[in-house]
Amino acid sequence: MQRRGIMTDGVIAGAGKAAPAIRLSGLIKRKPRRRVAVVGAGLSLFMRRALDTGKELSYYAAAQAMETAGIRRRDIEGVIMATAPDAFDGVHMKGDWLLDGAGGVRRPYMRAYVGGGSGVFSIISGWTLVASGLFDLVLVVGEEKMSTCQPHPQGAFITIFDHTIERPLGPNLLWIFALEQNRYMSTYGLRNEDIALVSVKNKRNALDHPAAQVAKELTVKDVLASEVVAWPVHRLMVSPVSDGAAALVLASEDVAKRLTDKPVWVQGVGWALDTSYWGNRDLAYPRYVEQAARMAYEMAGVTEPRKQIHLAEPYDPFAYKELHHLEGLQLADKGKAPEDLAQGRFDRTGPLPVCPSGGLMGVGNPIAAAGVMKLCELFWQLRGEAGARQVPGNPERGVAQAWGDLMQVGTVAVLGTR
Amino acid sequence: MAKPAARPPRVIDAPPHLPMRGRALSDDEFHRTTPTVAWTPRLEYGWDTGAAIGRFLDGLRGGKIYGVRCRVCGRVVTPPRAFCELDFKPMDEWVELPDTGTINTFSICYVTWDMKPLRTPQIPAVIEIDGTSPRVGFLHLVGGLRAGSVDAIRAQIGVGTPVRAVWKTPKEREGAITDVLHFAPIDGRRKAR
Repeated sequence: MQRRGIMTDGVIAGAGKAAPAIRLSGLIKRKPRRRVAVVGAGLSLFMRRALDTGKELSYYAAAQAMETAGIRRRDIEGVIMATAPDAFDGVHMKGDWLLDGAGGVRRPYMRAYVGGGSGVFSIISGWTLVASGLFDLVLVVGEEKMSTCQPHPQGAFITIFDHTIERPLGPNLLWIFALEQNRYMSTYGLRNEDIALVSVKNKRNALDHPAAQVAKELTVKDVLASEVVAWPVHRLMVSPVSDGAAALVLASEDVAKRLTDKPVWVQGVGWALDTSYWGNRDLAYPRYVEQAARMAYEMAGVTEPRKQIHLAEPYDPFAYKELHHLEGLQLADKGKAPEDLAQGRFDRTGPLPVCPSGGLMGVGNPIAAAGVMKLCELFWQLRGEAGARQVPGNPERGVAQAWGDLMQVGTVAVLGTR
Repeated sequence: MAKPAARPPRVIDAPPHLPMRGRALSDDEFHRTTPTVAWTPRLEYGWDTGAAIGRFLDGLRGGKIYGVRCRVCGRVVTPPRAFCELDFKPMDEWVELPDTGTINTFSICYVTWDMKPLRTPQIPAVIEIDGTSPRVGFLHLVGGLRAGSVDAIRAQIGVGTPVRAVWKTPKEREGAITDVLHFAPIDGRRKAR
């Protein structure tokens, strides 16, 4: 069938490995005129169980981001708060409840919420506030405290399934990941060993992250020796339950240049959602991530992502998702990301470092905060300040991506030094 | 308030180059110091089926699986819906589908939602019902296998295995997705690949 519009436009030209060019799709009408920069970043520790409340965690991250940007709360004109399901905290409208910790009192304040995609959606939301010309300084905070939800925060996810035709079957959240991973593996003839390597790489990278919760030196054998929770998913291929927060300060061009010599520009943003009839989708390929990426690349002037993007922080709540998302981001051929990974292409010192932070598999997965943590990592990497985690070669452009809801959200941000 | 020891700070030359804040609790500390409140909200939801799913469920009660067709995009989809979400117009016709299909993907799940082990695994699957457009499926369960281990189950089913619905008896059916107990491999045609 031939349809006009975003679903079929913009086919990737050139299937070869050497940086295929992208035919742009006209997803955006025009490039935004006002530039937006990241000028500060902050984190709390990521933990299995924090004594600290969600407000306290948010405060730690927000205060650190403002401190590094050299500003105070009174300078902040608007606040974006990203936090995922209310059911984790047992507090309805928790976005408003967390307001105090996010520095949002008596400010224009908004909650950014697309499930697991919220972290990167938060910078997109903050970007719109600054790019529109409404504000010059905006604080973006991501927070999650999953440990509150007992006996297991998975309970909060049971209600994402359709009440009439899915919930009577007794689903849990692991099912959809396991189903997607099996479809991905079956479509391209991949082995579980190929997938497990993501856990090994990211948990090792996280050894250099001071906030990390589950950093560890492991082998593929260790990962596959951990128990099967929902075949093909083993326990060590799942990110942990986490508490934590992360924050960014966004500024307009003039203000950014006054605050820092090294602003990191938000060059492009994109997001897209696919149908909630998830059984009707191609589970082997995240087309909505491709759409989101193409929109962000077009805005950023990226025509050859494999050449022009120097590091990536794709969303990795499950090991296979990193690979799945790299393909959606056009940074690997369909079904070939595992091969690239095995060859070391995605190592921190490889040609395209992927999750040099340690990602969700290593640093932890406080849902909305995890996406913001990825953006913090791009900020430090692109400024050349990442220390023990610094990727070589003075990277000039990076991409962060998050994913969520009923496996249907792609949120993408391209950050760069120019 | 109890004062558990903070996690010993890790000295790493990497950002954020500021002291990391947050006090991690061990499992033991959490259970000793954090009071939990079990709260069962007294909520009841009257979920309407809507027009399309209502007719689908009526079909299940009668032992039939229905889909719908959109003549603009040409898709035949199930579960049925009142309108085509791509062409944004009403669906054009109802289609009676066979109760056979293929396994698009499956998992073998050994834990409950609260991570308690399951001795007999659940086998959720996306089933592509015959007669629908490619890669159109819905969530259901695979059953009827006499096997419990990953290897034994994978010896009997795989992606592409043809399956048939195993129904409750007509008397037991109530117009619910569970009127189909599960899908079972069609005998003699076990594993496609």
